Amino acid sequence: MTTRTIEFREALREAMSEEMREDLRVFLIGEEVAQYNGAYKVSRGMLDEFGPKRVIDTPISESGFAGMSIGAAMMGLRPIVEFMSWSFSLVAADPILNNAPKMLYMSGGQFGCPIVFRGNDGAGGQLGSTHSWCVESMFANVPGLKMAIPFTPYDAKGLLKTAIRDDDPVFFLESERLLSIEGEVPEESYTVPFGQALIRRPGTDCTIVSFGRPLYFCLEAAKTLAQEGIECEVIDGRTIKPLDIDTIVASVRKTNYCVVVDQSWSFASVGSEIASQVHQHCFDDLDNHVMRVHNDDVPAPYAYNLEQEMLPNARKICEAVRAVTYNA
Amino acid sequence: MTTSSKPDITPQSASLKAKGPSTDLLKQWLRDMLLIREFEVRTMQAYQNKKIGGFCHVYIGQEAVAVGCTAALEPNDPVVTAYRDHGHALARGMDPKYGMAEMFGRIGGCAKGKGGSMHFFDKEHHMYGGHGIVGAQTPLGAGLAFATKYEDEIINGGVSNRVTLSFLGDGALNQGSFHEAQNLAGVLDLPVIFVCENNGYSMGTAISRGTTMGHDITSKAAGYGFDSAVIEGMDVIEVYEGMKAVVDKCRETSRPAFVDMRTYRFKGHSMSDPRKYRTKEEEQQYAQDDPIDKLANELMNNRGLSRDEYDVMAKEVKKQIREATKWAEASPIPDIEELYRDVYVEKFGPYSGTSLPAMLED
Repeated sequence: MTTRTIEFREALREAMSEEMREDLRVFLIGEEVAQYNGAYKVSRGMLDEFGPKRVIDTPISESGFAGMSIGAAMMGLRPIVEFMSWSFSLVAADPILNNAPKMLYMSGGQFGCPIVFRGNDGAGGQLGSTHSWCVESMFANVPGLKMAIPFTPYDAKGLLKTAIRDDDPVFFLESERLLSIEGEVPEESYTVPFGQALIRRPGTDCTIVSFGRPLYFCLEAAKTLAQEGIECEVIDGRTIKPLDIDTIVASVRKTNYCVVVDQSWSFASVGSEIASQVHQHCFDDLDNHVMRVHNDDVPAPYAYNLEQEMLPNARKICEAVRAVTYNA
Repeated sequence: MTTSSKPDITPQSASLKAKGPSTDLLKQWLRDMLLIREFEVRTMQAYQNKKIGGFCHVYIGQEAVAVGCTAALEPNDPVVTAYRDHGHALARGMDPKYGMAEMFGRIGGCAKGKGGSMHFFDKEHHMYGGHGIVGAQTPLGAGLAFATKYEDEIINGGVSNRVTLSFLGDGALNQGSFHEAQNLAGVLDLPVIFVCENNGYSMGTAISRGTTMGHDITSKAAGYGFDSAVIEGMDVIEVYEGMKAVVDKCRETSRPAFVDMRTYRFKGHSMSDPRKYRTKEEEQQYAQDDPIDKLANELMNNRGLSRDEYDVMAKEVKKQIREATKWAEASPIPDIEELYRDVYVEKFGPYSGTSLPAMLED
């Protein structure tokens, strides 16, 4: 397989463009996706290739265009809805939570909703609380949707292609902080299946589970901890729904310790859910309870130092791993 | 296009009525309205007998709207509405037994007992629900129009030739989603008609108390540059004639429109509404305006319908609904396995994929 190095945002663009070439039912809609080339340049050039009827600029009207796209999906189109930020999806809570994930059920199997909602999730960089939402815990609570959080350009492309082809609604959570990172991506078409976690770093002493951007903090922490003689196994869950608990459990059975790193807030979170499931499956394997590292339980602050401190950063992960393995 | 806050469709004159729909068609509409009325009467009884759970909103008084609007459409034009949805589903052609079974929470229901009264869906008849959150169906309606146009133009390489009716109540006029839907429909030239079934009350709040410019709600559409019409919704002929003009223009121009459909619900907002917010006099006045009586009188006075013929028709309808109710009662409750079906199309974990209701397979 021939590969080349491209940016995360280019990987996203390739996924959308390839699927739009393959399937006329697929279209991209959102604020500034067309003439502006994307607020974050993810859709650069797509207007030129596909024209304004398939790359569609909307007014700032998330509730309206999310709901409208759901109506289109009920009829069998396959919309890709870009939220400039998932923070802005909150004004569209009713359509994305009440309509998209429940349409199939409420209609007794008559109307599915093959739609992708995608955009930046998590703290961008000193954007303050309203723009720094991590929606994964809140939205993963809702049955009927799937949720993917890519970590590398390879996964960004492969998971997004899977999301677009999926017949169920997919919440696709990207990170503004990752859009410019580069990675190896094959020239050939490929997909990454949902529900298959990946071991990003093998290790024997403690399992660290995370999704998306915090995996960088995890890998950084793992490097530091290795110098202390603690070899961490870092697992990239890739999709929160469906969750590949089997890969996590297999790792914890080997290491006997587990730290979950989740960039959303701790109370009733993805992190607490994974910790609960690990306790359920690995009760006899664990040599300590599962520990969790989250955003601090405060609104995201503006000041640089405060924001860095709030994040589930490498220092906090190191502290958690040392504590859970009795090396504190 | 013209932009006006004034209705551009005036009530029908007597002579236009005479030239209007054929007698056979009018008889069909009378039967359709009687069917809805009888369905709702039975629904209320069944609710009082605790055979129906949850919230339940009947359509009695508004029958002319669903029947007249449906008559103005092509069979493959999509419709979507709010929670007072029984009339739209029946007018569109759903067999009443599937609606009744739905409310009884039976597997034979149009949504296999998973939607209930507020969530009637019928894919075969292009009925896209039945939606419980006030106003939420209006962006969906815009989306249906987006999709028909996209299919016709981009996928099939032709011209847009379908029209979507997105019904709403006057209570939805003040929801943000409705205004966002209107704006998008305007910006994207969507062939959607927002039909406001203006029965004067959002639950217990009179339109004058909750809606600015409530005396002229076409002003809501004027700001978005839509054509609009005020239609007398208690007269099925006027509904049909008025809607036909709006629908035809929408189909031709692919431009959205808005209709202030003046109607009245004879019963409460839901089954538990003592209607203290309006006077008995008002109710009695509107009762004189019963759309079924009105059409029956028209047919009897001017179109040769005999009393006997009417009685036979009413009897047939009663029988049909009685049988539908029996069928619904005989339909089994859903297997517990249904709980995990239709959550996702894909099978994974505890989820067992999806299947269509018997309604679409019968």
